[in-house]
Amino acid sequence: MSAANGNGAVAEKETLDNPPQVIKVNIKRRENLDSQQYTETFEIPYRRNLNIISVLMDIRKHPVTADGKETTPPVWDMNCLEQVCGICTMVINGRVRQSCSALVDDILIESGGNTIDLQPMTKFPNVRDLKVDRNPMFDHLKKVHAWIELDGSYDLGPGPKTSQEVQSERYAYSRCMTCGCCLEACPQYHDDNYIGPQAIAQVRLFNMHPTGKNTRDDRLEALMDDDGIANCGNSQNCVQVCPMGLPLTRAIYETNREVTVHGLFGWLRK
Amino acid sequence: MATTNNGIKIAVVGGGLAGLAAAMKIAEAGHEVDLLSVVPVKRSHSVCAQGGINGAVNTKGEGDSPYKHFDDTVYGGDFLANQPPVEKMCDMAPEIIYLFDRMGVPFSRTKEGLMDFRRFGGTLHHRTAFAGASTGQQLLYALDEQVRRYESEGKVNKYEGWEMLSLVMDDHQVCRGLIAMNLQTLELKAFAADAVIMATGGPGLIWGKSTNSQVCTGSAVSACYQQGAKYANGEFIQVHPTSIPGEDKLRLMSESARGEGGRVWVPRNPGDSRKPQDIPTGERLYFLEEKYPAYGNLVPRDIATREIFQTCLDGYGINGENQVYLDLTHIPAETLTRKLGAILEIYEMFVGDDPRYVPMRIFPGVHYSMGGMWVDFDQRTNVPGLLAAGECDYSIHGANRLGANSLLSCVYGGFVAAPSAIEYATNVERNGSETNGIHAAELKRQQEINDSIIKREGKENQYKIHEELGKIMTENVTVIRYNDKLKETDEKILELEDRLEKASINDSNLWATMALPQARQLQNMLKLARVITLGALNRDESRGAHYKPEFPDRNDEEWLKTTIAEFSEESPVFSYEDVDISGIEPRLRDYSSKSKAAKANGNGSESKQVPEQGHEQKKDDENRAKITNEDKETITNGESFKEKHDQ
Repeated sequence: MSAANGNGAVAEKETLDNPPQVIKVNIKRRENLDSQQYTETFEIPYRRNLNIISVLMDIRKHPVTADGKETTPPVWDMNCLEQVCGICTMVINGRVRQSCSALVDDILIESGGNTIDLQPMTKFPNVRDLKVDRNPMFDHLKKVHAWIELDGSYDLGPGPKTSQEVQSERYAYSRCMTCGCCLEACPQYHDDNYIGPQAIAQVRLFNMHPTGKNTRDDRLEALMDDDGIANCGNSQNCVQVCPMGLPLTRAIYETNREVTVHGLFGWLRK
Repeated sequence: MATTNNGIKIAVVGGGLAGLAAAMKIAEAGHEVDLLSVVPVKRSHSVCAQGGINGAVNTKGEGDSPYKHFDDTVYGGDFLANQPPVEKMCDMAPEIIYLFDRMGVPFSRTKEGLMDFRRFGGTLHHRTAFAGASTGQQLLYALDEQVRRYESEGKVNKYEGWEMLSLVMDDHQVCRGLIAMNLQTLELKAFAADAVIMATGGPGLIWGKSTNSQVCTGSAVSACYQQGAKYANGEFIQVHPTSIPGEDKLRLMSESARGEGGRVWVPRNPGDSRKPQDIPTGERLYFLEEKYPAYGNLVPRDIATREIFQTCLDGYGINGENQVYLDLTHIPAETLTRKLGAILEIYEMFVGDDPRYVPMRIFPGVHYSMGGMWVDFDQRTNVPGLLAAGECDYSIHGANRLGANSLLSCVYGGFVAAPSAIEYATNVERNGSETNGIHAAELKRQQEINDSIIKREGKENQYKIHEELGKIMTENVTVIRYNDKLKETDEKILELEDRLEKASINDSNLWATMALPQARQLQNMLKLARVITLGALNRDESRGAHYKPEFPDRNDEEWLKTTIAEFSEESPVFSYEDVDISGIEPRLRDYSSKSKAAKANGNGSESKQVPEQGHEQKKDDENRAKITNEDKETITNGESFKEKHDQ
């Protein structure tokens, strides 16, 4: 789908030449946390430049199913619509991703049909329809102390000098928007049994920082519990679904090495 | 309610950069904070800021200084801002940037390992610190992390997924807390507080489609306004020159694209249907560079926006449509990826073309509100106990905001509001406000409003009403404003208010419904839309982002004044307040030559032009220099390119 092939040449973006008249949208719905899931199908006329958010907005405006039944408007989460807040993540035609950057034309080209399946992420409590509760991910950040221990926020001059190399590796990790794609795709992660790639990447982010290094051990020890880094089964799904392109497997590899060394020799420093 | 050392409690509404900055400072001072946010704070709209944060750290040997930053900001804002807080902010900027550096923000670096700085609009200096092209995301995360640290120590109570509905006011019109709604359960809760800091961002959703996030409704601020808080300079709305039009929103294309050398052009021949790559340089109209040789593509946003708008009105838009090229293709792809990767990905993701090889097609889009809640120099509103910080206050940007000043003003506002709120809360008499039932009474009033909205019946559709509001606001209350159109808009808003009374929320399942919150937000948006529209109607001059062809000049004699709107049931009541110009004497804006723009700096030409690191030019360099020099001649001799409304 990418327009450039990396050699500087420009490939034309594939376009949907014979768009369908209508798009069929199957939405997995749920009334509340305790109720059963069911599917409703909606039909909306095709327009150019639709993304999944605008499809849902259309349906919300006139919540009538394909067989003419009036229903409640579907509920989903959305905010920035630029794929940087992470909130609008859902499973679209079987693939976990942000619904704002899921363009209808691309999806139809890929599937070759006129049907789009929308369902909520499956690894988190399903609040209603396409909305889930990802609070466990923020709790993971608490657990691994994903912050720098500042003495205070008053004026103490600049931070430590940093090489471009370290900066660019840290920058890659710091783009994580806590969307949960990695956990959704991870075969090891269910019922919040494993802290997962998201938090491990943040450990790497802060352990690489000249000041963050000082409290490295706190973070490593947080990864040594039953839900710790040892749960990784090396399926490498996480790195494939990460919309921000985080080098998640590298974070797991590097951090796992640190954890092992800490486990073996950490006691010597105490 | 009081639990900590001297027992004060402060509520912060909004978990973006300003709200988190305030919450961090309050927690650090040892006081209890309730932090409310519609979305998890890490997903706030600050995350969308791209280009960077300004501060005259002066690491490039250009002789930059906080005073020059102050001058650029006030001048860029067309002298409408009260100057003391602007000066204070610019003085504080370097230490704010250093603080974020200490928090571990991966700011882009020079070879020596120092923070790198880029150029942005409205200045000639490299003053903008940046982390790739996702600086807002990085700064927000840094504060999010620090606040999470305090949260894990029990010093911050986060209420994510709660929307503020109203203030709790006592009989003396003193703010004693607020009412908020849980967006899953629709439960209402009273939050008692000795002081409330509003940090809820801008109202971009009033225009339907804007560069703003979906939470940027201005609803909570409108609620404060309807309870007696003054709203200032509402008519000053920044329309960003470069956005990517979309079905659901206008996505921002950061000014940093131009800061790194991006050039704006259209084909010289309006009918030219060739691909942009096939149009030779000589047949391209680089209209910003031609008209403003000194600042070129980096003129302030209000000017760039008007020029792009006018160019399209004049029939020069690409293929006759409302779009112009923003071209980066002369810069090596590797440099672009390193410095602008995040924003180029956004363009590629939503449009399909790779901007490293194909010029982007962009058009102006509503972006930022310079106006907001009236505050004094300590971020206090006119309502005792109520403060405001960030985009939702009006204090810093005057009639036009310079790029990369918004992240700064958010943090500055939060850092000033926090101690100011602590001071107020420490000294305020509670007068029995904990026990006299005012919280319960306000809670009941809000519950009744909810109940009545839920019961509403009728054929109207609230999403349709929102669409109509957005459409007419975009048509009439953005770049070019006419008094008859503004009057028409106000009438339309009144009509929409009536029609909303007849709109069913259309959702029989109230659990986690989006419909009820949306209905309440829309009601508040309509109230604020009137303040903006009527403020624009009243102001018969052109200044910064507010431009009226019927009154094309800035008129300091009559209009060097802050607009203040106060709520009444009928219609907003307007009054005007003098602007504090104690620091810099107002002068006309002129970005066509350096010496004119930088007059107050003593000598604008002294600032050395330092070649941009990594800003290698593949081609066009010579042509560009030639055009610039020739045009400089023209400017000096004839002044023919002087900004229209400054004559």
